[in-house]
Amino acid sequence: MLIRIKSDFWYELLRSPITVFSALLIILMVLACTFAPWVAPHTPFDPATISILDNNLPPAWQDRSDPRFLLGTDMQGRDVLSAMLYGGRISLMVGLGAVALSTVIGLTVGLVAGYFGGLTDAILMRIAEVQFAFPPILIALLLNGILKTALPADVFATAAVPIMILAIGLAGWVQFARIVRASTLVQREQDYITACHAIGLPTHVTILRHILPNVLSPVLVLAMLQIAVAIVTEATLSFLGLGTPLTEPSLGALIQAGSQFLFSGIWWVVIFPGVMLLMMVIAFNLVADWARDYLNPRLR
Amino acid sequence: MYYVIARVLQACLVMLCVALVGFIVFQYVGDPVLALVGQETSIEDRAALRESLGLNDPILVQYLRFVADALRGDLGISYSFNRDVADMIAERLPATVELVLLSGVLGLVLAIPAGIYTGIHRKGGWAQAIMALSVIGVSIPSFLLGILMILVFSVWLNWLPSFGRGDVAGVFGFRSSLFTLDGLSHALMPAAVLCLFQLGVILRLVRAEMLEVLRTDFIRFAWARGLPAQVVYLQHALKNTLVPVVTAIGLQLSSLFAFSIITERVFQWPGMGSLLLHAIGQSDIPLLAAYLIFVGLVFTVANLVVDALYVMIDPRIRHGKV
Repeated sequence: MLIRIKSDFWYELLRSPITVFSALLIILMVLACTFAPWVAPHTPFDPATISILDNNLPPAWQDRSDPRFLLGTDMQGRDVLSAMLYGGRISLMVGLGAVALSTVIGLTVGLVAGYFGGLTDAILMRIAEVQFAFPPILIALLLNGILKTALPADVFATAAVPIMILAIGLAGWVQFARIVRASTLVQREQDYITACHAIGLPTHVTILRHILPNVLSPVLVLAMLQIAVAIVTEATLSFLGLGTPLTEPSLGALIQAGSQFLFSGIWWVVIFPGVMLLMMVIAFNLVADWARDYLNPRLR
Repeated sequence: MYYVIARVLQACLVMLCVALVGFIVFQYVGDPVLALVGQETSIEDRAALRESLGLNDPILVQYLRFVADALRGDLGISYSFNRDVADMIAERLPATVELVLLSGVLGLVLAIPAGIYTGIHRKGGWAQAIMALSVIGVSIPSFLLGILMILVFSVWLNWLPSFGRGDVAGVFGFRSSLFTLDGLSHALMPAAVLCLFQLGVILRLVRAEMLEVLRTDFIRFAWARGLPAQVVYLQHALKNTLVPVVTAIGLQLSSLFAFSIITERVFQWPGMGSLLLHAIGQSDIPLLAAYLIFVGLVFTVANLVVDALYVMIDPRIRHGKV
């Protein structure tokens, strides 16, 4: 571990019950979605196991419902709960993958720009500034749209998840690069870096072994916040019909599909995936908020 | 003055970069010749068309021609509508602008007082409630909020219309649905959805800045001078929170434009966002490139205005001390 857990970690965590609750919720959702094929009561995207006769059943506590389907079924007779677990898996995969990509790009650019300075820094930061003027969601949308136009339809459909990770990840690196560069500029002037130079350490060792661990804690907080943002971005793109195909829908695509039946009073196909999406995002936001305060004692 | 000139030059450079991206998309995503000709066009005719479109010229010449055309407002012909894309954008612009303006104003009017209040009464019950709501406000995806609002106010309560722009009336030559009651009832839900995220972000920022400033010595000194509370809070504290808040508002304006794409889709609002989604759906490259350049222009100008506002707000920048 590059960041050592301090002795007051558990004490501070347990003082904030809502953070504990959010963290547990995240763990629960990650486990349930990861093991969806074993946890989910049905396999919603296997045409052999679904029956159109079961369509539009309300949740189990309402009239005319079927106890096999706890949260009801959609217009094709698929179990809403199972579809949510499979959909959540895609949402989490895209969220985590995109943030991992942003973090790697942002760390590299930030460390290089901050450590070497000069022309490298100027060029990299101008690029970052241009991109920063555009909201990330718009960049992801345009990237996705351009890739959709450039790639053949079948390639785009089979590679929907990697393309989504690529588009959202490329849209989000700038913030990482900015904070890493700012911290690197501070670290570079410290005596221990002068000592690294004095004992003749190679540049990459100085950067990776000595500067990197010291710039990592703000990156961690930002990454948590960005997971929430990436999940929302993915859901939004899928809602706009640019994301995952309907054969393997994410939470956003489920909501989009359900929203077309809103006026027929079939609310459960929208509300339940929506609530799950919202819980996911709020939980990540609350944990990130707590981590920011924890790592920045000045605010306590 | 030097600062302002430097910023304008920088903005021009940014626009050239955006135009470059637009040009690359325009030129290399999909073949313009293939998009224009039919199946039976001969290879010679295609080559002639390629030559007459200038596609055989050096890249730099093509790029400069693209920029020159864009400056004259000529952004090409839409593949799917067979119309001038600049005209199409101009046609759709008022609908988006009215939505962005309405929600921007709504957001600021609510966020700044709420931010000041929660900053002052940090531990108060109302402040805690507002902060809890703001967590939901920044977390809820805007399309989900839009759908929920349609479900509640249109499907269940049947109070508000769920799609379209309603009646439009012209005042001073600017046709907008904000001037009719029917139009306003159509605009209310989209504007509310669009403003909620901004509301949360700006509220939290104003609050955080207020908390920072209220701890400083000059505020304690102001209290010691026996100044009344509203003078300390509004004239001393609020003024010193303005620089980051104005930055955020500038950035928020850009994201209002971006998020209006989603809101327009949810409420079927006939603005530029719907146009962009149509362009993506139809692989309409000229329309896509034109949208990119136009939105780039809006964002660059917004950032420029924000930088100019700094000079007005913060005397330290004006006198070159920062």
